[in-house]
Amino acid sequence: MTSEPVEPRNVLVHPGMVRITHWINAAAILIMIGSGWRIYNNVPIFPAIEFPLWATLGGDPDLTYARNSDVGFSNALLWHLAGIWLFTVNGLVYLVYGILSGRLFRKLFPIRPREVRETIVDALRFKLAHDDLTIYNGVQKLLYLGVIAAMILAAISGLSLWKPVQFQVLITLFQGFQGARLVHFLCMSAIVLFLFVHVTLALLVPRTLVAMLTGRIRAPSPTSLEPAE
Amino acid sequence: MSKRFLSHSLFRPARGVDQSVLAENEPLVRSLERRLFLRQGLSLGALTLLTGCDISNKESVQAVLKGFSHWNDRVQAWLFDPTKLAPTFSEAEVMKPPRFNAFYSIDEVKPVDAATWKLEVGGLVKDKRPWTLDRINALPKVSQITRHVCVEGWDYIGKWSGVGLSRFLQTIEADLTAKYVAFECADDYSGSIDMASALHPQTQLTTHYADEPIGDPYGFPLRLRVATKLGFKMPKWITSIEVTNEYPGGYWEDRDYNWFSGL
Repeated sequence: MTSEPVEPRNVLVHPGMVRITHWINAAAILIMIGSGWRIYNNVPIFPAIEFPLWATLGGDPDLTYARNSDVGFSNALLWHLAGIWLFTVNGLVYLVYGILSGRLFRKLFPIRPREVRETIVDALRFKLAHDDLTIYNGVQKLLYLGVIAAMILAAISGLSLWKPVQFQVLITLFQGFQGARLVHFLCMSAIVLFLFVHVTLALLVPRTLVAMLTGRIRAPSPTSLEPAE
Repeated sequence: MSKRFLSHSLFRPARGVDQSVLAENEPLVRSLERRLFLRQGLSLGALTLLTGCDISNKESVQAVLKGFSHWNDRVQAWLFDPTKLAPTFSEAEVMKPPRFNAFYSIDEVKPVDAATWKLEVGGLVKDKRPWTLDRINALPKVSQITRHVCVEGWDYIGKWSGVGLSRFLQTIEADLTAKYVAFECADDYSGSIDMASALHPQTQLTTHYADEPIGDPYGFPLRLRVATKLGFKMPKWITSIEVTNEYPGGYWEDRDYNWFSGL
């Protein structure tokens, strides 16, 4: 080999706006899921499914009862309906930024079925390439698009549950109040499934976690990457 | 700022503060400090009891959450459209009997005797004569088949009949520009709603459910029905109505449930 080793370069993977909204969203999602589980437990949709108390948000039942004669259901509702502001305002900032900057469409589209198929085959053979974190593979595109859609639908179904008279068109769309509740529950399930995969992969490839914190990554190959500045 | 200006400020007396008051009340000040220390120690102790990372019981967290709840009250009042009607349903969809709900179980219900029952009216109203059930039943009746939604997540379709609250408030010559209408109940429950919701065409003082006098477990002889609010905003076994400008709170509202709770 005669060529000189390529100098590693600092590459910007995630702009500041993306990192800030990502971590605020992470906190908001945890608040919404934790309090949502406590609210769900009060009258479960599926009697067989109940969430463990330790995983819910709403305070220690005994302490909460001592303060306001309620075991934490009202506390969870306070969390949930405060969390909606963090979640929706932050989510809107992210979407508006992503659309106006063109980043959202550049990163997530086009999604080619062939590409998705190839990624799945590569993953099953443990041959998945991660050298370039600035480009998403077909499965990543599909998952990110899916979780964004699930979060938007969770917000819309949540709005219809909060205001079923003012937004009665939405309730009709969801086939009634319990239908909206089911959609809200399914959106949560999709988000939790995504989170499971997302967090596992981030821990398996810690460079991605560093990139979401610092925004930058030391890239081995400069060929296909955006310059740092 | 000049020194001269400072010395003339009302908040900086020229002769300084008389310290003798403090000396005279030294035991009281010391006992106050002791109590404060004790209280802070207790709350710190309570914090260590918290499991995991749930910070819900911290006073500062509660203050922020309640701040959002008050903000949500304002947003909901703004979202509330006084002319928008809740969807109505067919007679066939009406659930009979309705679902029981109170802060105690159904076998603890203490039925109200219609013969001795009276409805008191007070506050910003001209005609403060109490009402008997016969007089309420003589008022023009309205009916609705609407969806009842509980804060817990369940719902059902019901048929409620009675006198429109708006009509009733006009009859007793209430000040319709007042902020709140408050209710007290035979079972020590209480609640209050905003005047805009009180005047909504689907808000009624209900005497009948599914064309029968409302049953003992469901609020006989008089309950509130607000098609644009959550179930707990509708007191049952009502014994008094007050029109007021002072925030009245309510049983669940005092236990950190959102006050407006509009649908």
